[in-house]
Amino acid sequence: MHKNQSTELLFDLSRAGRRCHRLPASDVPAAPLKDLLPASALADAPPPLPEVGEIDLIRHYVNLSTRNMSIDTNFYPLGSCTMKYNPKRHERLSSLPGMADMHPLQSDESCQGMLALLFEMQNILGEIAGLDAVSLQPAAGAQGELTALLVAAAYFRDRGEKRTRVLIPDSAHGTNPASAAIAGFDAVSIKSTAKGLVDLEDLKSRLDARTAVFMITNPNTLGLFDDQIATITELIHQHGALVYLDGANMNAILGITRPGDFGVDMMHYNVHKTFTGPHGAGGPGSGPIAVRKQLAPFLPAPLVTRQGERYELDYDRPQSIGRVRSFFGNVGILVRGYCYIRTLGAAGLREVSENAVLNANYLLSRVKHVYEVPQGDRCMHEFVASARTLRRERKISAMDVAKRLLDYGYHAPTVYFPLVVPEAIMIEPTETESKETLDAFADTLLRIRDEDAGYLHDAPHTLTISRPDEVKAAKEPILRWKP
Amino acid sequence: MSYVLNTPADQQAMLKQIGVASVDELFRSIPDALRLKRPLAVPPALGEIELTQHLGDLSGRNQSAADAVCFLGGGSYDHFIPAVVDAVAGRSEYYTAYTPYQAEASQGSLQAFFEYQTLICQLTGLDVANASLYDGGSAVAESILMALSVSPKRHKVVVAGSVHPEYRHSLTTYAANLEVQIATLPTPQGFLDPDDLKAAVDDQTLAVVVQHPNFFGGLEEVEALGALAKAKGALFIVSFDPISLGLLKRPGQYGADIAVAEGQCLGNPMSYGGPYLGILACKEEFVRKMPGRLVGQTTDRNGKRCWVLTLQTREQHIRREKATSNICTNQGLMALKATVYLAALGPQGLKETAELCLRKAHYLADKLQAAGLPLRFQRPFFKEFAVKAAQPLHLLSQLLGKGYHAGLPLGRWYPELADCFTVAVTEKRTRAEMDGLATAAAAALRER
Repeated sequence: MHKNQSTELLFDLSRAGRRCHRLPASDVPAAPLKDLLPASALADAPPPLPEVGEIDLIRHYVNLSTRNMSIDTNFYPLGSCTMKYNPKRHERLSSLPGMADMHPLQSDESCQGMLALLFEMQNILGEIAGLDAVSLQPAAGAQGELTALLVAAAYFRDRGEKRTRVLIPDSAHGTNPASAAIAGFDAVSIKSTAKGLVDLEDLKSRLDARTAVFMITNPNTLGLFDDQIATITELIHQHGALVYLDGANMNAILGITRPGDFGVDMMHYNVHKTFTGPHGAGGPGSGPIAVRKQLAPFLPAPLVTRQGERYELDYDRPQSIGRVRSFFGNVGILVRGYCYIRTLGAAGLREVSENAVLNANYLLSRVKHVYEVPQGDRCMHEFVASARTLRRERKISAMDVAKRLLDYGYHAPTVYFPLVVPEAIMIEPTETESKETLDAFADTLLRIRDEDAGYLHDAPHTLTISRPDEVKAAKEPILRWKP
Repeated sequence: MSYVLNTPADQQAMLKQIGVASVDELFRSIPDALRLKRPLAVPPALGEIELTQHLGDLSGRNQSAADAVCFLGGGSYDHFIPAVVDAVAGRSEYYTAYTPYQAEASQGSLQAFFEYQTLICQLTGLDVANASLYDGGSAVAESILMALSVSPKRHKVVVAGSVHPEYRHSLTTYAANLEVQIATLPTPQGFLDPDDLKAAVDDQTLAVVVQHPNFFGGLEEVEALGALAKAKGALFIVSFDPISLGLLKRPGQYGADIAVAEGQCLGNPMSYGGPYLGILACKEEFVRKMPGRLVGQTTDRNGKRCWVLTLQTREQHIRREKATSNICTNQGLMALKATVYLAALGPQGLKETAELCLRKAHYLADKLQAAGLPLRFQRPFFKEFAVKAAQPLHLLSQLLGKGYHAGLPLGRWYPELADCFTVAVTEKRTRAEMDGLATAAAAALRER
């Protein structure tokens, strides 16, 4: 059986008069439309959507789904994104009518169970962060960054301080400088050392009274815990600035160390990574932020508060920055994250990080003699290997390795990021994979080394398509089907 | 319990291979002084049975739309979700997949997003749509960031007061530290009077933002407003209700430059506010200023048609601080649901859904009027309308006691409308439910 059935587009399936969903007849008096709405507001015809039958619709999307790799079908050793198993109980429980069929603006009296859950989630995320207050509103990590930077701007404005710059290590995610720009700051890049840590001298040379925030990812994108962190946060604080943690890599340190305890003033979580809301082929995420007490007044509204036994949404926050989206937040993902944390408990959370780090180090030790790891023999939850020797000796690139892995049924690792490592292959196995899976993956990586270079340049060979022409896609963009 | 598979024997074998004696040694880079020396203070672990009971208890303390008939709107609606939507979105090949950067391993999602972009173009009558933003509120904010990069010399934004208050609030929050002045025009008659807009736009105006149908459910004079914006060279940005486009003219037909929307109504549960779907579509000429991911068609090495993420030089992972937006993770799964929803309805289904909403809303408005709740505005409306009532909070609380989420009190956002609430009606509401609400409202008002 091959996976090439229904390669046509949804629009090719359309036949005039076909229907899938049918509506009931109206049970109210049928007044002419023109009595209800002005003719000038009405369209001549409804939008030219496709007309398809139910079985065609289902076959189309079920067949299409088989052209995806996914956690449920493949191992994803994908650095920087923590692609762990998504427990099925979360899907069931988050779709209970008492969770999914809740209107965001219904009265507090009518959603005490929901508010209790969200209140508990605020507290739990504060405890894991070692910080005082939490906003669950941001829809994703990048929006969490923006929210926190807006909070920082409001904090300094309130103190009458004019600080214009945000310092960001050159190894940081691109969202960091992009968020800084929207929040009205100038992004200033800080060098990394050859070991991938913050270059303290460069940081000192750029740190001054204009600095509002230093953003750090720790463990960083190379999978290293920056052991200078206490010195760094002290330095930043001496200059009256704030430390922000990009929490993308929290999977390495749950219950082991807390950002608030190493000097961080504010941070975001990626609930869809660390706490396994599924990735959904690119979203939804959820990016709550945690902050220190002095920043709490500026958090977006509302927060959940408890008055005795009663929970309520607190909108009365006069110093708040406002809101970054409509309604409370990506609650469906927060419910999944809550279920996950409640399943694990304190010991389970720590076990996550211990085994995420164990798995990454094990994989590192199995492949480092072929795919050298410039940053050394130890890592946290992920490591960045390099294909530079393969490139030099056999003309095999990191991209070739990544694409060939697809043939073996593995999702490709992140490649060519971070930029500080040539021919980078960024690998994060997560804690939910077994030793057998890691061994089989390591064996495959080693086997690829010995394969024919030309064959690797043409990989993948067994998927539904070969390498796409991305230059053509960007040069002559076709962004929609046209009849 | 965690989902860790390593047995103690596995762990020993792995540590031996690594060359360390204990897991703790792997954490040596974290200075001892920074370590947490106690267990996290989080609630105790629960097995699946206990967790199911716990979530059952919590949801039992909520009155969902399954417990009380939902007439709440304001951007989130109790529309029907056909089973095909959940059947497709429940495929774990979709919901457990990663962002489709590896095109060869993601053709399923990429093609679905390409189809989504096409459906949104068909729906709006505009040329291009992105692969989703977070929600209707941040979509308005993103549309202004986009406008700033289209017309960098203009700095004034004019927003109708009848735009969803939380969308306006999202915009002012995003723009707090940018060079933008936002003027909100009052809408005392429940819509933006074109004469008021005329007085407010000039050749420094970056964009005019309206919502149609607006937050009170009423129609705006979109053609006149668009012409006024255009006359001054300002972009015309419209926040629309996707369901309304089964009947109403499409944004592309009345001159919108950028159209944004909350796409929750397209197959997504209300879920207490998220995850939702931010829709953004625009004219072709602005494509390189768009925020967020775009899927494009191309060919592979064998000339076979396929799909990739494209025009990525707009995005944060390439352009960093010069990116058109900071968005990375979007709402892919919600876009997939919207795709299946729109395909399941088709043109006729969307039209019938819109007609049912329209007719039922007007039926209920008449009934409530007869019950003593007069319409607040004399405007044509689609599926939502504002009524006037003394002490609306008390009345709404009484009606909840009778089994109705009857409406949204407006006082939180509009102090001058503290004696009003809005009522929304979807195709799911039956005549019996509406008669029941009207009877309960009349009884509650009589008891006063």
